Amino acid sequence: MEKLKYALFTGCTAKQSTPEQMMSTMAVAKKLGIELIELTEASCCGASHLQDYDDFLSVVLNARNIAYAEQKGLTMVTICNTCQLNSAMTKHRLDNDPELKARVNEKLAEVGLEYKGTSEIVHFLYAIIDDFGLDKIKEMVVKPLSEFNIAPFYGCHNIRPSELHKKDNPYNPTSLDDLIIACGGESVDYEEKNKCCGFHVELQAPKTAATLSGNAIAGATDNNADMMVTPCPLCHLKLDTQAEHAGEAVGREFDMPVLHMQQMVGLALGCSPEELGLQHHVVDVNFTK
Amino acid sequence: MSTNITTQKVNFKVFRFNADEDYLPYYEDYTMEVTSEEVVLDILNRIKWDHDGSFSYRRSCRHGICGACAIKVNGRSTLACKESMNTMLEWFGNELIIEPLSKKRAVKDMIIDKTDFWDKHEEIHPYLISDVEEHPEHEHLVTPEEAEELNEADLCIQCGACHYACPVVEANDEFFGPAAFAKAYRFEADVRDDAHTSRLKLLGEENKGVWDCVKCYECAEVCPKDVNPIDKITKLHQMLFKENVVQSNVATRHAVGFKHSIAKRGVLDEGGLVLYSEGTKIVKHVPVAFKMFKKGKITMPWNIPTSDNMDEIKKLIASSSTVKDRF
Repeated sequence: MEKLKYALFTGCTAKQSTPEQMMSTMAVAKKLGIELIELTEASCCGASHLQDYDDFLSVVLNARNIAYAEQKGLTMVTICNTCQLNSAMTKHRLDNDPELKARVNEKLAEVGLEYKGTSEIVHFLYAIIDDFGLDKIKEMVVKPLSEFNIAPFYGCHNIRPSELHKKDNPYNPTSLDDLIIACGGESVDYEEKNKCCGFHVELQAPKTAATLSGNAIAGATDNNADMMVTPCPLCHLKLDTQAEHAGEAVGREFDMPVLHMQQMVGLALGCSPEELGLQHHVVDVNFTK
Repeated sequence: MSTNITTQKVNFKVFRFNADEDYLPYYEDYTMEVTSEEVVLDILNRIKWDHDGSFSYRRSCRHGICGACAIKVNGRSTLACKESMNTMLEWFGNELIIEPLSKKRAVKDMIIDKTDFWDKHEEIHPYLISDVEEHPEHEHLVTPEEAEELNEADLCIQCGACHYACPVVEANDEFFGPAAFAKAYRFEADVRDDAHTSRLKLLGEENKGVWDCVKCYECAEVCPKDVNPIDKITKLHQMLFKENVVQSNVATRHAVGFKHSIAKRGVLDEGGLVLYSEGTKIVKHVPVAFKMFKKGKITMPWNIPTSDNMDEIKKLIASSSTVKDRF
């Protein structure tokens, strides 16, 4: 197979509050022989908040990010559900609205860029499952996670709205479950696996946010999960760094390690815990010791 | 049209509860042969007609227009008369869980008390408020372009599917919810409405208004009429800024803060953004920030990355901004 090569849109958290996500992405890509060319020109996707303030500006900035992937002739890979949603939403709108595309390109022309619509945008989760192949990952597993019950937490922005995300059924997603099984783990079924973590109202509605993440961790705990795993760093921030608040909101005390999807795959492929940044979690990940 | 009608055995786990008699709800199992051309409402009818006459649910038009028969199948809100069994079997297999839209509001089986839904509707004034002359000389014309703005939101049949799929409605009793917001938008976008600004102010209030939306897209996903409530919520967010009705609060400063942060570095300055949004109230984040710092999750200001070609980003922000800077 020809070596897979993507333009990597890291998003903001991978370079700041979730350094382990960047570390594990690079470690897994290396193991699988996937080449990731970082889009160092890219700006923040607006995270749905800039979109609430100035819609057109957010479309222009996201179109600029995509234009750089197009220049490299590569598919854009994201490692954050919200980056995926905002980039894919921009592409969807531009590809279906010639008038908007013309207005955006008029602005991009001022800085010598053009949005053409030639690059696909895909989350790293689907890049490794669909493009690299689940079966091949399975063959490469050297440390199967067979002792563990693992609760998948999909994160809204990679499954909804379904018109943008055709790979999983938002009400019966299977990709992350399949990946858990390929890594040798037991996937845990629970009600909250496709629900919201509350991240986007963290500041204005901390109680709502903590209740939603609390319900999710409780659901995983009550179904005997040893750990949760998520493809989204924002969900990770809610479930890991804010776990204490989540527990308080639902009257529970949690001790639930939460792994980034890349860390889970990395462990199964034989990467070291340090290489995957497990030391950067607020809730200690003890089982690798 | 295909005439291939397939039949398969399906097990239905059905929520049963009578608030007058039962202390707790329970689930009853019904196994039935289901044909692929049936809709969920056919199943509800068959449970009542063939198995248990006391089984209760709301139904009326059977054509997806009265909004009475919304329930949940395997946790997903749906309009029973419109949802094909084919889709349900394809999505969930042949073990289906039939529940009311909201279990905690159940009165009898599928029938729920929708008081909170109607109260919230009422609170946002879901009607045209306009000083109309007693003897007008001509009609108040609305152009097709103006009508286009509100058409989608006007399709709401008030079935409650989105309202009871919304996680914020469950977590916060005050929150108006997606159906009320979509209905409010329908009148906010109506050029004949005179209550525009006062209603918009109400919709922007903290705790109950649009800023508490978690952006999970559940409402858009379940709406049987494609009203796309989150799209209307986003338009209300934008309207609040465009018309300068917006109040400075942590949510609105957060939205504006993204623009400032991107203008500075392209990439967000996470700490700076929280400081901009919270102001002095940032102190409440200190305990979590300290835990993060100990684990190497806080980047010092001098180590925060900056996007390449910042001049382009600055230039685009200057040329493409469409909203006058607020706070």
